[in-house]
Amino acid sequence: MAAVQWKNPVIKWIDYRLPIFTMVHHDLVDYPTPRNLNYWWNFGSLAGITLVIMVLTGIFLAMYYTPHVDYAFESVERIMRDVNYGWLIRYLHMNGGSMFFLAVYIHVFRGLYFGSYKAPRELLWIIGVFILLAMMATAFMGYVLPWGQMSFWAATVITNLFSAVPLVGEAIVRWLWGGFTVDNPTLNRFYALHFLLPFVILGLVGLHMWALHVHKSNNPLGIDIKSPSDTIPFHPYYTAKDMYGLGIFMTVYLFFVFFAPNFFGEPDNYIKANSLVTPAHIVPEWYLLPYYAILRAITFDIWFIPAKLIGVIAMFASILILVLLPWLDRSPVRSARFRPLYKQFFWLFFVDCLILGWVGANPPDAMLMGKISLLVIGQLATLYYFAFFLVIVPLLGIFERPKPLPESISAAVLKPGAAE
Amino acid sequence: MRALKFAALAAAAALVGIGLASAAEAPPPPQKNWSFDGLFGTFDRAAVRRGHLVYKEVCAACHGVKLLAFRDLQRVGYSEGEVKAIAAQVEVQDGPNDQGEMFKRPGRPADRFPSPFANEQAARAANNGASPPDLSLMTKARKGGADYLHALLTGYGEPPKGMKAMEGLQYNKYFPGQQIAMPSPLNEGQVTFPDGTKATAEQMSLDVTTFLAFAAEPELEDRKRLGVKVLLFVIVLTGMLFAVKREIWSALH
Amino acid sequence: MTATATTAGPLDDGKSRRDFLLIATSTVGAVGTALAVWPLVDSMNPAADVLALASTEVDLSAIQQGQSITVVWRGKPVFVRHRTAAEIKAAEATALSELIDPQPDKARVKKPQWLVMVGVCTHLGCIPLGQKANDLKGDYGGWFCPCHGSHYDTAGRIRKGPAPQNLAVPDYQFLSDTVIRIG
Repeated sequence: MAAVQWKNPVIKWIDYRLPIFTMVHHDLVDYPTPRNLNYWWNFGSLAGITLVIMVLTGIFLAMYYTPHVDYAFESVERIMRDVNYGWLIRYLHMNGGSMFFLAVYIHVFRGLYFGSYKAPRELLWIIGVFILLAMMATAFMGYVLPWGQMSFWAATVITNLFSAVPLVGEAIVRWLWGGFTVDNPTLNRFYALHFLLPFVILGLVGLHMWALHVHKSNNPLGIDIKSPSDTIPFHPYYTAKDMYGLGIFMTVYLFFVFFAPNFFGEPDNYIKANSLVTPAHIVPEWYLLPYYAILRAITFDIWFIPAKLIGVIAMFASILILVLLPWLDRSPVRSARFRPLYKQFFWLFFVDCLILGWVGANPPDAMLMGKISLLVIGQLATLYYFAFFLVIVPLLGIFERPKPLPESISAAVLKPGAAE
Repeated sequence: MRALKFAALAAAAALVGIGLASAAEAPPPPQKNWSFDGLFGTFDRAAVRRGHLVYKEVCAACHGVKLLAFRDLQRVGYSEGEVKAIAAQVEVQDGPNDQGEMFKRPGRPADRFPSPFANEQAARAANNGASPPDLSLMTKARKGGADYLHALLTGYGEPPKGMKAMEGLQYNKYFPGQQIAMPSPLNEGQVTFPDGTKATAEQMSLDVTTFLAFAAEPELEDRKRLGVKVLLFVIVLTGMLFAVKREIWSALH
Repeated sequence: MTATATTAGPLDDGKSRRDFLLIATSTVGAVGTALAVWPLVDSMNPAADVLALASTEVDLSAIQQGQSITVVWRGKPVFVRHRTAAEIKAAEATALSELIDPQPDKARVKKPQWLVMVGVCTHLGCIPLGQKANDLKGDYGGWFCPCHGSHYDTAGRIRKGPAPQNLAVPDYQFLSDTVIRIG
């Protein structure tokens, strides 16, 4: 670490005792970054900024929200109607959830495409999977707080998943509820956890950044940094690029907040929770739909294991399988640019996830064009989802013949006509 | 026991709803041009006033708008004096007084619109077991929003051949399941608009829908007005950030 | 929306066009960030429903001479006292020069027998004693704040102790001879 000479005496005094300015300089200014990162690399910082917006707006919402079954729905409406700019803060928070997942999903697919999960970044990737899991838990519990019909029934359905656990399932569910159904104790604890988990996420993001800065960013070519000419300083190049990306991201985000604030929401959640009436068609938020489709795809017992339990296991496995990915993929080449077969299966996998989302959004008994059962489509899509990780990726590592890799980042980028 | 019965009734109603919904999907509601649509939408002040009258004289007998306060009316052009007068026309419960009793007093601007029934059980008991929903959030709480609400209010008619509405239910082609407990609420000439607009069922429906859209989103005008400014700002800033990015990166290429 | 970097670092070759662009963008970004903070700050101000609940009506007919009642207005106690002739006389006879916060008695009442004021000590916000018959009333027969020993007279004016001002008189009006509306 090259020592930085600080001129300002106050900064110098502080930095001598707590080298925070040196750290910032080292990790945000001088930080060597591959010179060929494309715009897909913007989404990590966008997710981070969205997390900050979520925490900020959330704290101000918490000042007015009442976590009690009799007042929760009304307190949210009071925020919308009477609190100064309450509607803005709530819509920022509501749509921020969707934008957060959007940014993170693009970030994850970028990692899948360019092989960012491979050595030496396995742990960086695994921490990312745990961030995703924590986000899902946070989002789910946040969705319960307005205490609308979807809140209530989502809470009921998701907590009931745990009843699939053999022997102790019922006890677990009762423990989660703090009662015999989703009720006030459930709402209270979900509120407490919804407040806590974002700080856990912030901690995980810190570890994620730490791990990132040890081996530096992957890049679209997937080859290692070999010489200083392969990198450029993070500032001003990537600060400028990230800020421009942030501008576009905020434009989209704010358009939804101001002009289509309920686009991602369900009308049923503007009906107060009623434990005696289930809405005709309950769906989770869009970012959870693919997992919901996987859950519902399992309609058959295997051997002595009931379908319900397999569905739950499949759903959790669909995310946890990402943890194993660095070891399932044995290919020495990172970037899909040099993996002609992987590239095709990757895009098929991407479409597969969209199909799962679409299946999850529709009623389980729906028919496509009156002929093809959505259930079967969901089952096939689930099959491909797991086959991609468990069969296709391992086999490709053995049989695929990758294209030749460029000599270095700088050689590829500075050569005229080279792909950026 | 009572709760159980309601649960069973509700479950049955839900099942009937699903069964019919997949048997005969409700047609999509026709799209109307609402004054509050679009980037610059605002509530048509005259329509809100007419709609308020329709709500008061027709809907309020069974449906509340309990989240709306009288003072909110000032957001759509009612004067302070008008709001006071409107509020004073209703009786609201207050208390307890020094004797420990609840009492009725004339409404004040700070009060919210009182609901016609004390609780859901009372509402069910008075309406053959079907509780008229509160309308405060109706345009946000139904797929299709304002279009759906207007379509529903004017969607009554004779059932198609071979279908017979169950006893106590009416045929309405836009209602999920096509059978609704609410009788057709709007009839021509049912109210007299002070501004001379002819009170056709269509007109009344459009107006009351506008009023209810306002009740559901009283912040809509503030939101859109601020939104236009914020978006313009962010777009300009993004343009500048793009120029900065290009300028900085130009040294590299 | 965060401000962009202001320094161009190693690339700074003194081009004025670039400097202008960077400064302008940073400024716009900084202004945007500052404006974005305002809704969060403003959300902590009283909400519309709180502001709307600003008035309370009080029926005076049951209050005997020499009695006081305490009503709640905007979450604070309001003292309403039916003053005796002796109290009124004492209040009116006090010379302004004797007062810490000079104010004649007639500026503090609408009708001499009815004294209406916010029962919050102007020192540090405690509730003074003196509403009940057997309360301490201080050296001037009015109210006495137990927290730091402020003495108020029969017009609620500060006479002794650390409080800087007289007890505040809220906005109120007589709707009839026996009903007032505060706020």
